[in-house]
Amino acid sequence: MPFLNWLKRRLVVIAGLLTLAYLLLPNIIVTVFSFNKPKGRFNYEWQRFSADAWKDPCGVADMCGSLSLSLQIAVWATVGATVLGTMISFALVRYRFRARGAVNSLIFLPMAMPEVVMAASLLTLFLNMGAQLGFWTILIAHIMFCLSFVVTAVKARVMSMDPRLEEAARDLYAGPVQTFLRVTLPIAAPGIAAGALLSFALSFDDFIITNFNAGSTVTFPMFVWGSAQRGTPVQINVIGTAMFLLAVLFVLFAMVLGNRRNKQKA
Amino acid sequence: MSTLTEAPPPLGPAAPEEKPPRRRGRFTPYWLLLPGMLWLIVFFALPMVYQASTSVQQGSLEQGYKVTWHFATYWDALNAYWPQFLRSVCYAAAATVLCLLLGYPLAYLIAFRAGRWRNLIMILVIAPFFTSFLIRTLAWKTILADNGPVVHALNTLHVLDLTGWLGWTAGDRVLATPLAVVCGLTYNFLPFMILPLYTSLERIDGRLHEAAGDLYARPWTTFRKVTFPLSMPGVVSGTLLTFIPAAGDYVNAELLGSTDTRMIGNVIQTQFLRVLDYPTAAALSFILMAAILAMVTLYIRRSGTEDLV
Repeated sequence: MPFLNWLKRRLVVIAGLLTLAYLLLPNIIVTVFSFNKPKGRFNYEWQRFSADAWKDPCGVADMCGSLSLSLQIAVWATVGATVLGTMISFALVRYRFRARGAVNSLIFLPMAMPEVVMAASLLTLFLNMGAQLGFWTILIAHIMFCLSFVVTAVKARVMSMDPRLEEAARDLYAGPVQTFLRVTLPIAAPGIAAGALLSFALSFDDFIITNFNAGSTVTFPMFVWGSAQRGTPVQINVIGTAMFLLAVLFVLFAMVLGNRRNKQKA
Repeated sequence: MSTLTEAPPPLGPAAPEEKPPRRRGRFTPYWLLLPGMLWLIVFFALPMVYQASTSVQQGSLEQGYKVTWHFATYWDALNAYWPQFLRSVCYAAAATVLCLLLGYPLAYLIAFRAGRWRNLIMILVIAPFFTSFLIRTLAWKTILADNGPVVHALNTLHVLDLTGWLGWTAGDRVLATPLAVVCGLTYNFLPFMILPLYTSLERIDGRLHEAAGDLYARPWTTFRKVTFPLSMPGVVSGTLLTFIPAAGDYVNAELLGSTDTRMIGNVIQTQFLRVLDYPTAAALSFILMAAILAMVTLYIRRSGTEDLV
């Protein structure tokens, strides 16, 4: 049976590609249904082709406002978490200090905690302090849960870095600031970039923690959540499709750039 | 991933002892740690303390809450919501096993068989992350719709009869049943399984496979005796990264399930945001945290891997 043999040799490939299809199927549906013209309030059933939503992506009340709010929060959360996280990673890799174990577990725990637990406990804190729920409480929460991921990403990079490069810089009479800016930071940059990118994605897409701590403020994920009850406008799919395409283009661009740089080096 | 390939030669980072003493270095680490640690203490650790205190309080929204060390809240909460706890653990466990079964071939494919397609497949695994997961979860409503092709096919093949008999589905529907929720959970957390699996598979020296082949091991034996044991760190961190968020999730149960598929996350969310019964909500969330930490610790001990992150 040559067919069976062929199948046997490619079993892993076929199974892997099926999983990939499973992963991508929802994105395909989201894209296809961004061209739908639904009959009722919900965009779950295919009716007929129409590009109306693409012509008027902000045609739904409050949606683009929530999108821009989510982008703002994601940018500031990324900045905050990246700065704080990078500082922690440098301390962890480069210095010896007391209470290292406690620091490590305080960084690990938020990643090993179900989101709903962090969300609920943070809300108890805010309620007890009488804090006004809104932009700032969301930002505080996002910086908190992005921090650990930045530390993990940057730490891996700084750990694989040869400390003799910094020693060499010092031997060549570079001051501490100069050494940091011209040697350490450029080498750590890919790790920091990875951490920042992860923070942005996590913050932009966060729902559970935001749902608890947003009060009446509506971020984009919360808008989508609300629309699942009230009726899903086609524009949601337009935004989803556009984000997917932008992400793929961005990654492809970064890869082409990286390849070119590698070639230049060689 | 690039950090691994560009790592410095074997000499590696020198031991801390060999470092020249810094001129002003004694307090530097503490200054570097201070802001971030303060953030985590105030907004992660302190809230846990507040929550612990809330869970033993009694009172009402109007008259305020007082700490009365009312531990009975825990007992009452467990008594009232044990089915949801059990369901959360079962759904999360099912989703984790499915993620492992589905994710392993894809991670293996990317690591060993993809060739020049490797980067493209990698992008396709990560890119969906950038579309809001709520939008993607809603897409499952279309895929599993009652009159859609998937349900029709499952019906024709009498698969729904079998799953209905097992209690996973009800009647001719997939939506609003446990199967739909587990399917959504599996879908949402699959990348968290694939990425660590890929990282640990990629580190395996290809010559080990050749060596196994030279010693007359058949492909399956090679996998069982060489590849799988070496990928254990990825399996452990992948299962944890899937199980933990899946056990606390309430999005899939809410969007794809029904009142019969409510998980503990749904209960905590309702108690906190709608019923406003803070002590019960705090107690439930504390039990969930304790249960997960206990399970994770036990699991890590048993699997013998300490280097997770």
